[in-house]
Amino acid sequence: MTADFGERPERGPLNRQELARLVASDISPGSYVNLGIGRPTAVAEYLDVEDGITIHTENGMLGMGRIADEHERDEDLINAGKVPVTEHPGASYFHHADSFAMIRGGHLDLCVLGAYQVSRCGDLANWHKGEPDAIPAVGGAMDLAVGAREVFVMMSLFTASGESKIVPRCTCPLTGRRCVTRVYTDFAVFHIGPGGVAVRETYGITLGALESRLDVDLTPVPLMKPAAG
Amino acid sequence: MRSVSVSTPDDAVAEVENGSTVLVGGFGPAGQPFELLDALCRQGARELTIVSNNAGSGDSGLAALLAAGQVGRVICSFPRQADSWVFDRLYRAGRVELEVVPQGTLAERLRAAGAGIGAFYCPTGAGTLLARGKESRVIDGRDHVLEFPIHGDVALIKAARADTVGNLVYRKTARNFAPVMAAAARRTVVQVGSLGEVGSIDPEAVVTPGIYVDCVVPVGDQAQRVIA
Repeated sequence: MTADFGERPERGPLNRQELARLVASDISPGSYVNLGIGRPTAVAEYLDVEDGITIHTENGMLGMGRIADEHERDEDLINAGKVPVTEHPGASYFHHADSFAMIRGGHLDLCVLGAYQVSRCGDLANWHKGEPDAIPAVGGAMDLAVGAREVFVMMSLFTASGESKIVPRCTCPLTGRRCVTRVYTDFAVFHIGPGGVAVRETYGITLGALESRLDVDLTPVPLMKPAAG
Repeated sequence: MRSVSVSTPDDAVAEVENGSTVLVGGFGPAGQPFELLDALCRQGARELTIVSNNAGSGDSGLAALLAAGQVGRVICSFPRQADSWVFDRLYRAGRVELEVVPQGTLAERLRAAGAGIGAFYCPTGAGTLLARGKESRVIDGRDHVLEFPIHGDVALIKAARADTVGNLVYRKTARNFAPVMAAAARRTVVQVGSLGEVGSIDPEAVVTPGIYVDCVVPVGDQAQRVIA
């Protein structure tokens, strides 16, 4: 283990707010970012306006602001989760084909998505649990997975029954192949690359204990934070 | 310039035939043409194929059309929502077919229809369940899936304002699929909050040019509906 590896067994695992704050601190100033429905939405609360980060929502807007207050609610101004939001100065609106051209065309620096599973090579499963009676619904997840320059995943590391969601191979239907570059979880932050899965930090668990609960090989990486972090 | 026809909701949808493919604008409630959908319920055309991002929520709009038994097939990206009980019930009863399409591919297939594109290779969905049975090809080292256009017999959309030659402007995220649907259908019907004289919209601000619009239906102030 390297000296600056971020192992923090003495504290508890990250709660949702701490996780959102950690992801926000890793987003480079000036980025164009899409935040998925669910956990990733909370990241917006921790982004500093001064950093010039622009939020894209796939239903046709750049420069999305915070969730609307009661008196600001407008049915024509909603986010991808259909929640009323506000607009930042400099915002723009565009139609759906342009919005997804922006995504697939590689113009978004980053998207942050939730997931059911991530494989050791960065395959993402987040749209369908594979249950035979489920009604399939994909939304924009597959477009974001193939289009954004980087894909961060935010999720709890373990299922309710204690199984790791980082897996050798996804058993849930795939959203995209080899697209995830980082996974932020309550117990650890992982970087995924050609060399496999590397652990950057742990929370409430030692690296050894983490390795024993995951069915993939792990390597520690030196703690790397962007300058603004 | 050619003037568009100005109509009531009922007259605008009177000629929708059984078995038509109807492109319905909107992303959730934003941009959904509720007044035109209500008129289509009254008109009663059946065995419709609906192309829209969602498959209705609550009991109004698209959900009401589904509940009336007028829809045989839905092509959409995201049918499952907390309040999509009408679609859920019909789907589980085997009374409506579903084709799920990734949202960007749905938009691009509509765009392709309006732009005269025969088909296109798209990386979205490659290697997933949604690419099954589709032709694929490696381009620049990356898997792509062949996707075909979606043409509509009629498009029902909503805009904020129109002029008498059919130029349209939208409001905020209510724009969503409307511009690509307007171009993808043989006949496009637009419900609008207000209808102005020709020249009342700055040509630089026109989002959908009137060439794509056949019929405008003024429905009065339709913005700022309070949502739950």
